[in-house]
Amino acid sequence: MSTVWLGTRKGLFALRADARRRTWKLAGPQFLGHIIHHVVQDPRAPRTVLMAAKTGHLGPTVFRSSDRGRTWREASQPPAFRKAAEGEPARAVERVFWLTPGHASEPGVWYAGSTPAGLFRSEDGGERWEPIAGFNDHPMRSKWVLNGTPDGELVHSILVDPRDARHLYVGISVGGVFESADRGADWTPLNEGVAADFLPDPNAPFGHDPHCIAQHRARPDRLYQQNHCGIYRLDRPGRRWQRIGSAMPKKIGDIGFPIVLHPTDPDTAWVLPMDGQTVWPRTSIGGKPAVYRTRDAGRSWQRLDRGLPGERAWFTVLRQAMCADAEARTGLYFGTTGGDVWASTNGGDSWRCLASHLPEIYSVTHAA
Amino acid sequence: MSCTVRIASPLHSYTAGAARVGGRGNTLAEVLGDLEQRFPGIRFRMIDEQDRIRPHMRLFVNSEEARDLAAPVRRGDTVHVICALSGG
Repeated sequence: MSTVWLGTRKGLFALRADARRRTWKLAGPQFLGHIIHHVVQDPRAPRTVLMAAKTGHLGPTVFRSSDRGRTWREASQPPAFRKAAEGEPARAVERVFWLTPGHASEPGVWYAGSTPAGLFRSEDGGERWEPIAGFNDHPMRSKWVLNGTPDGELVHSILVDPRDARHLYVGISVGGVFESADRGADWTPLNEGVAADFLPDPNAPFGHDPHCIAQHRARPDRLYQQNHCGIYRLDRPGRRWQRIGSAMPKKIGDIGFPIVLHPTDPDTAWVLPMDGQTVWPRTSIGGKPAVYRTRDAGRSWQRLDRGLPGERAWFTVLRQAMCADAEARTGLYFGTTGGDVWASTNGGDSWRCLASHLPEIYSVTHAA
Repeated sequence: MSCTVRIASPLHSYTAGAARVGGRGNTLAEVLGDLEQRFPGIRFRMIDEQDRIRPHMRLFVNSEEARDLAAPVRRGDTVHVICALSGG
């Protein structure tokens, strides 16, 4: 059984298939009209699914299911900043943007990222959330986070090192990549080598715009990043990102939102380039969408567009809206702002459309 | 003091579909606290963690819009919870 959860601007949907992944059935909508930013099934306890939601009117919250999404219950204490002291900026979570299950050794632990930039932790499976003071109240926070982006800054790509529950990475868009070695009590920037051509100082230690960061589970020292200014790879304990997007075709460039890693091969990754020129349309380049794959850790890239629209397809694929499964023949899935879901069951060699006419797709995640 | 609270449809999932419920309290803060006791979770969808009314919510006591939660509520008043949204 394969499930692809679809969080959309107007509700929750799911695509389900048998093990062969040939025939897919669309379920939903649940929570019609709710804005679903992220839906994540717990790999440690697959009956548990968490969903970050709000509506146009109502404040942000988290819903939890303990029966694979059949029924849902709201968190009794959703992510929220601490009450501001006199004279402090009074921050309120505008949306819960990202959800990450904790380390395998810590069942019940989850992390959430928000707009404005905030990090939260639950130790009871998402029922009660507490702000992580080491991040939210870090003395450098006001310098790290570029306030005033039109849609608010985003905390995303919360990564938990599979070898060490204390070792975390997060991305702030706009702010940069940050690392913690102590479960979030303290943080340091990790942006060396990453371009930030929109900043007054392009060599600044923070203020960058990571769109999506991914850590390879089989080689956790390897990180990939799709940034506002290119595609990068970092092999720890190094601290300098290498711009592997330089090997992309010049007419395509290396701008996009998602980056997806192969479940077992640390040298294989997929990106979905978008138009980042002039006023940043962020649509498929030339109206001809294509996924690009590297099999050599970014030294070369291959265009994969068989089955995708050949022209006049001006969609965008957001950072949570592309994922891979863990099958021997890797399945890839992405959802578009136009409400289509595309899938490949051969590592991107060919694509087919699984669903159309859904609301704007914010999140696509796979669960076995 | 007892009052009536009119609940807008986006919040009916908390009140089991009721559009009009009773409330108790001498201020809006107390009335919302009373609602929270009986309909857990409803307050945070209307009021943020800094006790501010959320951007797309409007609260009225009778025909007077309340700008904050200190607004007084008297016996027999009607508190209106109104949702205000533009765009698609």
